[in-house]
Amino acid sequence: MASKIYQCIETIGNRIIEQKEFLTELDREIGDADHGINMARGFTEVLAVLPKDSDNIGEVLKKTGMTLLSKVGGASGPLYGTAYMQAGKVLAGKTSLSPEDGKAVFEAVIAGIQKRGKAVKGEKTMLDAIIPAYEAYTAALDGGAPAGDALDAMCKAAEEGVEFTKTIIATKGRASYLGDRSIGHQDPGATSATYTLECIRDFVKSI
Amino acid sequence: MVGIVIVSHSAKVAEGIYDLVMQMASENDHIIPAGGLEDGSIGTDAFKIQEAIESADTGDGVAVLADLGSGIMSAEMAIEMLDEDIVVRIADAPILEGAVSAAVTSTSGASLDEVIEAAEEARTASKLS
Repeated sequence: MASKIYQCIETIGNRIIEQKEFLTELDREIGDADHGINMARGFTEVLAVLPKDSDNIGEVLKKTGMTLLSKVGGASGPLYGTAYMQAGKVLAGKTSLSPEDGKAVFEAVIAGIQKRGKAVKGEKTMLDAIIPAYEAYTAALDGGAPAGDALDAMCKAAEEGVEFTKTIIATKGRASYLGDRSIGHQDPGATSATYTLECIRDFVKSI
Repeated sequence: MVGIVIVSHSAKVAEGIYDLVMQMASENDHIIPAGGLEDGSIGTDAFKIQEAIESADTGDGVAVLADLGSGIMSAEMAIEMLDEDIVVRIADAPILEGAVSAAVTSTSGASLDEVIEAAEEARTASKLS
């Protein structure tokens, strides 16, 4: 039977592949119309090369990141590649996870993406979903909420983050060439990041 | 001689710039195009860039010229992944004009810093005066 970490990545990959057209359509509005295509190509390869039975979470995440890095192609390659590799580093050697591990992963992922993309919150990027998601998750856990509720709070904040990206101007990436015309459109990277978080929540709740 | 790597989302762009550059800098046989993905799609591949940097280095360092944003990100990742001790700098310059300036400068035996400086001067050069 496939390991839990494989199943989790598979859930994320299938969702991204399923949403390929929509993500590409979002990117057509404000970018170079390839986000869904690129991410789907990357995850198709990830699902093909990942060892199904390995429960070494750090190794599986690292391999996911390396594969996305080489196969995705657009900005999301280095960004998601960095995110998964950072997560893999934090979880090196682990075969199971606690809610606290989630915080450490979030922190490493956010730092990695910020370093790679040189972006901060409010620039219409994936960080506009991920940072509020981290804050909501951490606040819920610190307030004594059970993990399931913290994961719900995380996803709600990420979805609100996606909505927020409709109201702001892009200053990073290809969308920045559009200036004011990027207003009204949601950011494709924030959208795929939110799908990722939703899949993690749904998977964790299912086991 | 300083090596030069030309990073573009498009293999055709990287190779086309390489062709143009080699008209003027054929003495430098360590100029390497690294464009597109393995399967020919548009994109940049950090591993391909890493290999190009390793091939371009003769011990004098490597200048990288890249196109749009994620080309820079992939180049940065490639540099972080290098096993060998290679001095690499990314030029903050337009890819085509920067590559030509960098390549021509490299053939004079210039240092990496001088090659990068030449590439970056291309940013402010006027084409109409």
